[in-house]
Amino acid sequence: MTAALVPILDSLIPATGSGKAIMAAVLLGAGCGLLGCFVVLRRVALMGDTLSHAVLPGVVAGLIYSPERSLTLIFSCAIAAGLLGAGLVRALMASTRLKSDTALGIVLATFFALGIMWQTRNQQATAGVMHFLFGNVGSIDAADLRAMLTSTVVLAVIVLLLRRPLLLVSFDQGFSRGLGYPVKLLNGVFYFLLTFSVVVALQAVGVVLVSAMLITPAAAAYLLTDRFGKMLVISVVLGVLSGVTGGLISAGANDLPTGPVITLAATFVFVVVYLAAPRHGVLAKILKVLRSKKRVRRENMLKAVYLIFETEGFVHEEVSLLMLARKRGLTEDVVRRECNILKSHGLIEMSEDGLSLHLTRSGWKRAMEMVRNHRLWELYLTNEADYAEDHVHDDAEKIEHILDPGTVRQLERELDFPKLDPHGRPIPHPTHLVSQLRAGN
Amino acid sequence: MIMKIADYITLPWDVIGIGCLWLVLMAFFVALPCSQIGSFLILRRMALTGDAISHSVFPGVVIAFVITGDLASPWLIVGAGIAGMVSTVIIELIHRHTRVKQDAATGIAFTALFALGVVLMELLLGRNVDLDLECVLHGRLGLLLEEEEMVLAGVAVPLPVVVMGGVALVTQLLLAVFYRVAMLCSFDEGLAASYGYRPAVVHYGMMFVVSFVVVAAFQAVGAILVIALLILPGAAAYLCTSRLKPMLVIAAVHALLSGVGGLYLHVWFNTDMAASVVVAGGVLLLVAWLLGPVDGLVWKWFREDVEYAEDQADEAGNKA
Repeated sequence: MTAALVPILDSLIPATGSGKAIMAAVLLGAGCGLLGCFVVLRRVALMGDTLSHAVLPGVVAGLIYSPERSLTLIFSCAIAAGLLGAGLVRALMASTRLKSDTALGIVLATFFALGIMWQTRNQQATAGVMHFLFGNVGSIDAADLRAMLTSTVVLAVIVLLLRRPLLLVSFDQGFSRGLGYPVKLLNGVFYFLLTFSVVVALQAVGVVLVSAMLITPAAAAYLLTDRFGKMLVISVVLGVLSGVTGGLISAGANDLPTGPVITLAATFVFVVVYLAAPRHGVLAKILKVLRSKKRVRRENMLKAVYLIFETEGFVHEEVSLLMLARKRGLTEDVVRRECNILKSHGLIEMSEDGLSLHLTRSGWKRAMEMVRNHRLWELYLTNEADYAEDHVHDDAEKIEHILDPGTVRQLERELDFPKLDPHGRPIPHPTHLVSQLRAGN
Repeated sequence: MIMKIADYITLPWDVIGIGCLWLVLMAFFVALPCSQIGSFLILRRMALTGDAISHSVFPGVVIAFVITGDLASPWLIVGAGIAGMVSTVIIELIHRHTRVKQDAATGIAFTALFALGVVLMELLLGRNVDLDLECVLHGRLGLLLEEEEMVLAGVAVPLPVVVMGGVALVTQLLLAVFYRVAMLCSFDEGLAASYGYRPAVVHYGMMFVVSFVVVAAFQAVGAILVIALLILPGAAAYLCTSRLKPMLVIAAVHALLSGVGGLYLHVWFNTDMAASVVVAGGVLLLVAWLLGPVDGLVWKWFREDVEYAEDQADEAGNKA
């Protein structure tokens, strides 16, 4: 079985050095991208960093005890050291008041120092340790690549098979225990996979940059989607993308170290996503705030128009700009500008001389909705939350723009379809027509 | 038998002579400022920010080195300080404005800055540089006795010991002056703000001091072992006490003992001095974990026994 697989594996491995480097970058991006999603969701992003340092004594042991550089032995020792480190972190957190960050730091630093101490005792045997620590994609040979390919495929299969339980355990351990999942076992599997992929990735990109591959693409994916399945796919795509771009750039610009360039590529992708992600990006958020500020301004103007009509008992057809300016406490110029905006939204129409305005059908509707929301909320606060009558206005002034139709209906039901607000003014209903308002008065 | 143990204890003196004193002093002067500022980092749950800063100062050091061309220039520390601040700003930018959490933000920031530092180094300096990886890993503590010496009060003292002593002194002074502010802001930012202090300024000020200390210690013990000196003393002290002042004192004692222990490990096993100091510190932490008055496993185990016995006695009493 295994013997039959070897030629197939070998046929997949490119012959050229740069081809090998790019394939390594792709495998790395895919493997770390997959696991990174769990790492980011579990908020153990720095676990990758800790593990990548904590495996050092294992690597040193492997190098000392296998003069012929058996990859299997080195990997097993490194994984054992990493798992021991992860176990110690959990033990420290469980048995003391130390927080996770301190526990991670302790294990990272002490294990690393142990490794260095051991390494300085055996300088000759461990000459290759730098290669493991700082990584070099260029030096990856066919055997390494075969190991990476196999491990990435195994990793992907396990993650895809155990996707649901692993996800559930990442979000809510208590709940998963309640559902009967073996939480401890799943945690063990997760940390094993993490250590495994860190060790495999180490010799390609080095200690520091393993953390980058685990965190950065997954964090970018987290900003792009709310669905876990999609997050897995996007994270893998971004990881592979950064791997290939970084690999190509460092191959093109001679002698730039591959690991850092891949990291910078991944960071660049993250920066773009950080700024431009459709829902969770910073630009989208700024735009959203600006848009809602503009909307609030429009709605406040409409409400002012309505209130002027109301104080006059709905006898006039039009409101003059001057009155509106006085009501809003603005200059006439500003009001004219705002009115032009309202007009472009089809909410009002200006009179021919441009000195007064009247509301269109949709303008009336929006204005009534605002006034209704405001007065409903005031009533709710006084009746249900026991606010004093003179304390409710400011709160209602903010909430009126946010209430959605569902909440409004709920409020109306709760308050038994009220007619008057706490100050005795009528609560309008957007289905009422202007003629009805006038008739009512 | 007793003679043999005595031999082990005096071995460092026999091998290195007066150098012992300098090695321990140097280790202490490096570990002391780290231990004090690190204690605050632990209280603020920012232990790994120390890790992040120790990696992110790299591009700052490289740029300052390119500009001044002198590895001993004080501008290197300024450059490192700025780079450290940049990394804390990036972390805040990411986790304040998006739903990415602080740990992931820290990971993104320091890996990016470290990678930038490596690429800048390759681009601007080529391969013939003093900022070599060997130094980043091991530091120059082991080479201390081969460094220049200067005569202080009739005694020849290795120059790095004097410099590092100065750094330790400055940090202790800063701590003495800002102790109250730092304490308040670490425990309760809201309360500190209500007294008229500015937690944000204190936060960034503290990060600057961390960067400063990290760079100073960096040359002695290497970038990664700095993290150990930042975290281990404070963590060990935290396991021993619940009060801040005793915590700082215990952290300082831990720093001194790691220096002494490190020397013995260094001589007995013929290993790297910096790593030995850290391993000695790790062993001390292990002792605190087992025997610490507050969190010690042994006392907890003992207390559980007592509680169990008391419960039994209570039950027996109830039955009677």
